Amino acid sequence: MAELTYRDAVARGIAQEMARDPDVIFFGEDVAKAGGVFKATVGLYEQFGPRRVRDTPISEQAILGAAMGAAMTGLKPIAEIMFSDFIAVCFDFIANEFPKSRYMSNGQTKCPLVVRTGNGAGSRFGAQHSQSVENWCMMIPGLKVVAPSTPLDVIGLLAAAVRDPDPVIFFEHKSLYAVKGEVPDGEILDTLGTAKIVRPGKDCTILALALMVPRALEAAKRLKEQHGIDCEVIDVRSLVPLDTQTILGSVARTHRVFTVEENPRLCGWGAEIASIIADEAFYDLDGPIVRITTPHIPLPAADILEDMVLPTVDRIAETVRRSLSA
Amino acid sequence: MAKTRDRGTAQTAGNPSGLPSLPGLNDDIGEAKRLELYRSQVEIRQAEQRAYDLFLQNLVKGTSHLSLGQEAIAAGFAVAMKKGDLTFCTYRGHAHTLARGVPIEKVLGELMQRDNGLMRGKGGSMHLTSEEHGVMGSYAIIGAHLPIACGAALTAQYKGQDFVSVCFFGDGTTNIGAFHEALNFAVIWKLPVIFVCENNLYMEYTPIHEVTAVHNPAGDRASAYGLEKIVIDGNDADVVYREAQKAFAKARAGGGPSLIECLTYRHSGHSRADPAKYRPEGELERWKEKDPIKVYRERLKQFGIRQNVIDDIDKDVLRVVDEATEACKAAPNPPTDIIFTDVYADGGWAWRN
Ligand SMILES: Cc1ncc(C[n+]2csc(CCOP(=O)(O)OP(=O)(O)O)c2C)c(N)n1
Ligand SMILES: [Mg+2]
Repeated sequence: MAELTYRDAVARGIAQEMARDPDVIFFGEDVAKAGGVFKATVGLYEQFGPRRVRDTPISEQAILGAAMGAAMTGLKPIAEIMFSDFIAVCFDFIANEFPKSRYMSNGQTKCPLVVRTGNGAGSRFGAQHSQSVENWCMMIPGLKVVAPSTPLDVIGLLAAAVRDPDPVIFFEHKSLYAVKGEVPDGEILDTLGTAKIVRPGKDCTILALALMVPRALEAAKRLKEQHGIDCEVIDVRSLVPLDTQTILGSVARTHRVFTVEENPRLCGWGAEIASIIADEAFYDLDGPIVRITTPHIPLPAADILEDMVLPTVDRIAETVRRSLSA
Repeated sequence: MAKTRDRGTAQTAGNPSGLPSLPGLNDDIGEAKRLELYRSQVEIRQAEQRAYDLFLQNLVKGTSHLSLGQEAIAAGFAVAMKKGDLTFCTYRGHAHTLARGVPIEKVLGELMQRDNGLMRGKGGSMHLTSEEHGVMGSYAIIGAHLPIACGAALTAQYKGQDFVSVCFFGDGTTNIGAFHEALNFAVIWKLPVIFVCENNLYMEYTPIHEVTAVHNPAGDRASAYGLEKIVIDGNDADVVYREAQKAFAKARAGGGPSLIECLTYRHSGHSRADPAKYRPEGELERWKEKDPIKVYRERLKQFGIRQNVIDDIDKDVLRVVDEATEACKAAPNPPTDIIFTDVYADGGWAWRN
């Protein structure tokens, strides 16, 4: 057992998979000799050498295209897109190429790759380096989409993503890189498509992802202490595949649902989950499903402004309290 | 049912005419290869002409982009390939797919969106793929497959395998970012990939010179990536074949990528919807003088190949195309259950439990 940061967990997860499988290669901008702009890949170049850990030019299309071509022909590439906002300049590969080649070729083409990317706000970087864009990927048939919230989940889900035969977009939250957590020794392997009940409760269900998970947990603690409200918190972890059974099971017990989403409101991931619950568990509900999201705006840079727009512990706790007492 | 031909086996060394080799044919290419180059071009020509006829009969659905007039490039490269080499092509990819030996019936079947199609109608004319023949997909988003070909070349390099990735694209593609990213990538990592620009003088409807900073869209960009400027006659299969061989040798020897611009012209419109009215008068006629199949028939005669040998190839290909057409007409539509297959690697489409 060791205490590891989320950042170090990324490197450990990649190293675990590279040591296990010589077909795993890793490349991206500044990831090798410099260890990544977020220092999440420090030591990999030294451990695995320049054949397997490569610095690329600033060519997001070439990075993802090369990852796809390598994946089609027998390698298991992990490609890094430094900031998830940059997915916009190589979206063709994410939207049109990775997820459609198997289908269009009637099952001939494989695409087992992982795109790791730094997602989310909190660094005061402004509207083009702070977005939560997991919903951009969630909407595309053929992709898998994962967003871990703890160091342990980083390793386990990254390992699962690398071993998965489909293209996986792996969202690391930039504001979680410094967060520490207990991680057991030895190989760690988790399962895609599984949500985790991170706090059991009976009065309501709070669904959260990535940075919103610790905030939801903190809000749940406060609600219990100050108002006696017992929240169940679920870390959704995997948007595709989506573990609807865990979510619907929780709704059947608590009868109230809140989503806590960092993505801007329109077509955020919680909208789809809310629609599934409304379709399939409507009569389990004692009140409306409430989505707590970033408003539908570009993100401001200034700290006091950015702090106001992301769902905070205060906003989560207050929204839950008010809704349940209404 | 058309026979699958395999470019990489000893079969290519035989003499399909069954005649003894004539003196004078043994230059660097030789009679057997020449007949192979000719047959490949004729197969593409006849299959695509048939596709056009079937379109007029409302039997080819969706879109289609023909390579009529550009056959020498597909044939020249494919004949130079070894088994295991990989082809990446565009929506204008019937030619490249056929040239790797994919049966005509499979291609026409896909164009007619029947169950016997190469992808059973799931991909359509713009996405022909046959991995068993090394056809690693046809890509309809301009430029996307250049980086993908780099990635396949990376596999070859990483695993020490000697296959080469060949990526075909048009003149218009040289103006999209992925082209430039891929070239730089291929050069810095010295990847075994060959980029083949088929300069047919037009992007969709706009003449390429009106929208390009340089005269040779690919050739004049080569120096920016430290590559040799190579611009060749893309209507002469011998020229293409020889240039391809050089590029393959370089790639297999670890010499890295090549960028080859082949000058050519498409006889038909951009796609089946395009009557190509934007072309200046006489341009098509001038290029038809340089029709690659006409050029090659002359070439065969110069090398002493008898007219009846040439006619026999034409007739045999026509027979294959006729049989393929009948098979496609008789083939059923794809079953609807394939709508939900192969979205994910488990064979299905489930995104939730
Ligand atoms: C990214 C992108 N932009 C535009 C198009 C529409 N489009 C399809 S083919 C084509 C022309 C391509 O010209 P060129 O590269 O010369 O190839 P050719 O069709 O002449 O073989 C265009 C603009 C597209 N498919 N993808
Ligand atoms: Mg063109």
